[in-house]
Amino acid sequence: MRRVVGALAAVSLLALGLGACSDDDGGGKSDTPSAGAPSGGGPSVALPDLKGTTVQVAAVWTGDEQASFKKVLAEFEKRTGAKTEYVPTGDSAATFLGQRVEGNAPPDVAFLAQPGALTQFAQKGWIKPLASDVQQTVQQNFSTQWQTLATNDGKLYGVYYKAANKSLVWYNAKVFGNAGAAEPKTWDDLLKTAGLVSDSGTPPFATGGADGWVLTDWFENVYLSQAGPDMYDKLAKHQIPWTDPSVAQALQTLAQVWGKGDWFPGGTGGALQTEFPASVPQVFGDTPKAGMLPGADFVGTNIIKDTKAKIGQDAKFFGFPAVGTGKPPVVTGGDVAVAMKDSPGAMALLKFLATTDAAQIWAQQGGYMSPNKNLDFASYHDDATRAIAQNLIAAGDGFRFDMSDQAPSAFGGTKGEGEWRDLQDFLRNPSDVQGAQAKLEADAAKAFGSG
Amino acid sequence: MAEATIPSPASTTAPGAAPPDERRGLGGGALLAWLFLLPAVVMLGVLVAYPIVWTFVRSLFGADGWSDFAGLGNYQDLFTDDDTFTALKNNLIWVLVVPAVVTALGLVFAVLTERVRFATAFKLVVFMPMAVSMLAAGITFRLVYDRDPDKGAANAAIVSVHDAFSGGAPYPGARPRPNAGLDAEGGGFVTKAAYSAGASVTLPLVALPPDKMPSDARPAAAPAAAGGGLSGVVWLDFSPGNAGTPGKVDPGEKGLPGVRVEAVRDGHTVASATTAADGSFRIPDRAVAGGGVQLRLAEGNFAKSFGGYDWLGPNLVTGAIIGAYVWMWAGFAMVLIAAGLAAIPRDALEAARVDGATEGQVFRRVTVPLLAPVLVVVMVTLIINVLKVFDLVYIISLGSSQKEANVLALQMYLASFGGGDNQGLGSAIGIVLFLLVLPAMLFNIRRFRKENR
Repeated sequence: MRRVVGALAAVSLLALGLGACSDDDGGGKSDTPSAGAPSGGGPSVALPDLKGTTVQVAAVWTGDEQASFKKVLAEFEKRTGAKTEYVPTGDSAATFLGQRVEGNAPPDVAFLAQPGALTQFAQKGWIKPLASDVQQTVQQNFSTQWQTLATNDGKLYGVYYKAANKSLVWYNAKVFGNAGAAEPKTWDDLLKTAGLVSDSGTPPFATGGADGWVLTDWFENVYLSQAGPDMYDKLAKHQIPWTDPSVAQALQTLAQVWGKGDWFPGGTGGALQTEFPASVPQVFGDTPKAGMLPGADFVGTNIIKDTKAKIGQDAKFFGFPAVGTGKPPVVTGGDVAVAMKDSPGAMALLKFLATTDAAQIWAQQGGYMSPNKNLDFASYHDDATRAIAQNLIAAGDGFRFDMSDQAPSAFGGTKGEGEWRDLQDFLRNPSDVQGAQAKLEADAAKAFGSG
Repeated sequence: MAEATIPSPASTTAPGAAPPDERRGLGGGALLAWLFLLPAVVMLGVLVAYPIVWTFVRSLFGADGWSDFAGLGNYQDLFTDDDTFTALKNNLIWVLVVPAVVTALGLVFAVLTERVRFATAFKLVVFMPMAVSMLAAGITFRLVYDRDPDKGAANAAIVSVHDAFSGGAPYPGARPRPNAGLDAEGGGFVTKAAYSAGASVTLPLVALPPDKMPSDARPAAAPAAAGGGLSGVVWLDFSPGNAGTPGKVDPGEKGLPGVRVEAVRDGHTVASATTAADGSFRIPDRAVAGGGVQLRLAEGNFAKSFGGYDWLGPNLVTGAIIGAYVWMWAGFAMVLIAAGLAAIPRDALEAARVDGATEGQVFRRVTVPLLAPVLVVVMVTLIINVLKVFDLVYIISLGSSQKEANVLALQMYLASFGGGDNQGLGSAIGIVLFLLVLPAMLFNIRRFRKENR
């Protein structure tokens, strides 16, 4: 699973762009994903005949992602006879959808990126629970954890269609070669590897510390592996305070890396001045200034866009190593599809999105990972994505959703505030574990109290 | 409007016409006047008075709206909250620094442009930033202040000036292997032990970037203990995977030529040597004769190249943003002051010159006092503008330094909409900001009145 994989993800973007040009009117041509389809060509679930109805879908995707998703919608149109209409939501999907609800014109189906938004929408009655046949399809294809994430008050509301894996460490193969370093499997190995890379004359880590979410991802990976999923859930819901000893331990563990000034290009002060997009070329640019970049799968997109490095040759990755006696962590993000109208079209689309067929269409185009456990890994466009997806599915129910995305946004999602800011302060002064905990707890109490 | 409603001395002493006529005319006129004023009054009421009152009322309630009466709780939060305190402090810095600097710059520009041939062109250039939107200026300056000298113009300039005066060290960033018996001292390293004649010393270094290895470096050789004197080797004790034995010269590891090694006794340098191509060095007999010496690798070997300043770091960020603001507003001050300058009676200046005043004296004793009313207008306008500064701070500061750059207007936005969603607290900050601007406003109004009298 943590084997290095060689593939040109650049090709995936190319293919994606070409695909978008050639096949805009979907339904006309037959591009059934027959090759590796488990059902051998036929539709894997029964979908109703929806001729004459229109299903409106709102999601955040634009550009290449929108083009790929439209192919999925085209297949849905072909199978049901319904028309679909795609509405981009812009960056703040929750605000956009809230306005549509107030204007009495919600879309049939919407995609949400935060579990918190799903809870909030369900409490306000803006979204509808899944029909029983859709629930069945979801239960067949998704591990319990994904279902739990889409459940509020005992009712299943959504289908997780797209996932992200935030537990990777990307590295520059040339820097590792110079240092004679190998991919570490445990946190202790990671520290040794980092020391080795440092001895070889290159700072081992780059990190976009000016963006707070980069730092919360570090913390979440360490905490999930070290304290375990149960504690992780409790901390995510603020059932245990941030002053808990387990948090102290995680911060002390982080300080083993964050406390080493010369382990970051320009020191930790430099890291705090670097935003995420600038941290990628620090590792994969023409003259690498650092060796490793812990980050999500989408780092690959930045590598392709901003550097000349080839994924699989120059740029490789390994899974975030296990800390202490824990398992290697798998922290995820994802987009969940929910029905905002109780229409047959909405339910039919959700049912379709829960199938392997729907996942396969996008998987073949690249830039996509499905949480659907029954999707054949062979469907993936390139080896890199395949390996990341295998890592994700192999975690079973052991993965956890990004903690800061579950928190109220005042704590887990605002520039210069809450957890983002507190971890930046901790990166600036990693010896003050207690002070950091106190600040985290104060901010969390305030945000959870008012949220 | 203020002028219209204030009975001026002129009208009370109005001469002439018969009293009854005037009274009747005034009665009908007052009604008519109010009728004409009505649209303006309604507009002001809706757009100015109502929001002020509403904001004040809202500031008495908590985050959850009208069901959550907080009294003066928000104001209490406001003055006990660290973030708001930082914002207040920064606002104070802004108010003290910016109007003074901008006015001074504007004055200098205005006076000097009077004397140059292409005055209009010069003024145009200085005034141009005013035409740039705050957003665009913010984004531009964020790039200017980028930490990486390859991207940020500010650091690029400073680094190139710095590098022009001091050459780089041969081995920037290199450091001794831990537990190799070397302690950090200043920017260099010194051995823990003292060595006496005949000893051979190994000084292993690591963390040298591959591209910094000199091309003439030869494989290091473990020094043979020589009779008399002191010999040793400085080498890069690193092979891929740390394969060799740390602290021992392994095959394939290269010596570091050109490292200055000093022999130190009681804090005094008694001799020094420079390493050869294979990293070996020799301290002569006479230096060691008087007893043991410590060996020091001086700072000059390792000093890291200067990388510029953290403009957007917590310490400099407010100053950096103020710089951007001054760049934008210097043109505004210049244009107003230049207009005032044009209105100064020339004969006063000439009279002073004829009386033998130097140009400096003319400027200080005549020009500036005559310009004072204009300078005050510029200052007060800037004070009001500076108190409500928001966009530049929001755009230029990084997530990691936003708190240090915070100002009240930004804090008001963050508290109301930036995740906190506490519009009660936001309203309270708005009211405080209003109270701070008020003195400047009143001052302006009084001055207008005085001028019109």
